[in-house]
Amino acid sequence: MVTNITNLGRSGLSDWLIQRVSAIILAIYAVFMVLYLLFHPGLDYATWSGLFSQTWMRIFSLLAFISIAAHAWVGLWTVSTDYLKQAGARFAFQAVVMLAIFVFLVWGVQVLWGA
Amino acid sequence: MSTLQISIYRYNPETDSAPYMQEFELDTQGRDIMVLNALEMIKQQDSSMAYRRSCREGVCGSDGMNMNGKNGLACVTPLSEVVKDNKLVLRPLPGLPVIRDLVVDMGVFYKQYESIQPYLQNDTAAPATERLQSPEEREKLDGLYECILCACCSTACPSFWWNPDKFVGPAGLLQAYRFLADSRDTATSERLARLEDPFSLFRCRGIMNCVAVCPKGLNPTRAIGKIREMLLSNAT
Repeated sequence: MVTNITNLGRSGLSDWLIQRVSAIILAIYAVFMVLYLLFHPGLDYATWSGLFSQTWMRIFSLLAFISIAAHAWVGLWTVSTDYLKQAGARFAFQAVVMLAIFVFLVWGVQVLWGA
Repeated sequence: MSTLQISIYRYNPETDSAPYMQEFELDTQGRDIMVLNALEMIKQQDSSMAYRRSCREGVCGSDGMNMNGKNGLACVTPLSEVVKDNKLVLRPLPGLPVIRDLVVDMGVFYKQYESIQPYLQNDTAAPATERLQSPEEREKLDGLYECILCACCSTACPSFWWNPDKFVGPAGLLQAYRFLADSRDTATSERLARLEDPFSLFRCRGIMNCVAVCPKGLNPTRAIGKIREMLLSNAT
């Protein structure tokens, strides 16, 4: 049993599950986006804005944003614990990643509900 | 008649400041001998060359080494399987400290094996004769108990290279499942609890290098998947 306090779920099992579930959500969101763009070849601002003004699309998008935030944290945390052997450098990297994820998430919420 | 070019990793910490590759030429007289036989012939040329060996038939697991980039047992690997363009490069198992030449320090590998408590644990009263298993229960151990701990799999695993002190590695995890799957073992929940952290088991990324190199044809990735399923069904 190895103890760790910086990983997302404090357990390897929950991190693993979060990684799998968020990957499925992101796959569905990506396929939806590709199909939407394919079926709207002459896409204009009004149609695009109309899509994101609907509540279900905002919920779906926020779900995708939260998924990418969790997915990125689990993935990059793993990369940092594999390759960054010096504890100070590893913690600094993790702090920068966490800050970036937080900023992008709040920004994403603002984009979704701010317009 | 061409002779085989063999390049061998040499390092003697008492005399060498750094490891180097030494070139040998070997006339196999056209026979497809095992890599271990070739090493024995080279030892005739240079008796200072060190490697481990014992049974020479793939049972003891002593002569695991890296042959032209792939881990395996030298005693059961014919030259025809590994030699490319008449060249053979022999290196020690990657990721473990080198003691001398092809001999590595397996300490961290054994420590991880020890961490999974590789022995039957049963807290029920011992029966008068023995703990019996049905043929079906016994069958679950096939593909698990055959491991000879040669370390070819764990030293082919990048997750083990980066965190050998925290990640149990494919060999240890295969044995962890061997005891989890044993109907006579009652320590299942304690065993699972020790593997639930982000490193011990979950550092496995499923790249299956272990499966590709196992000289006994075993499948640690499958065993790791089974442990994950057990953890998941216990926790959800």
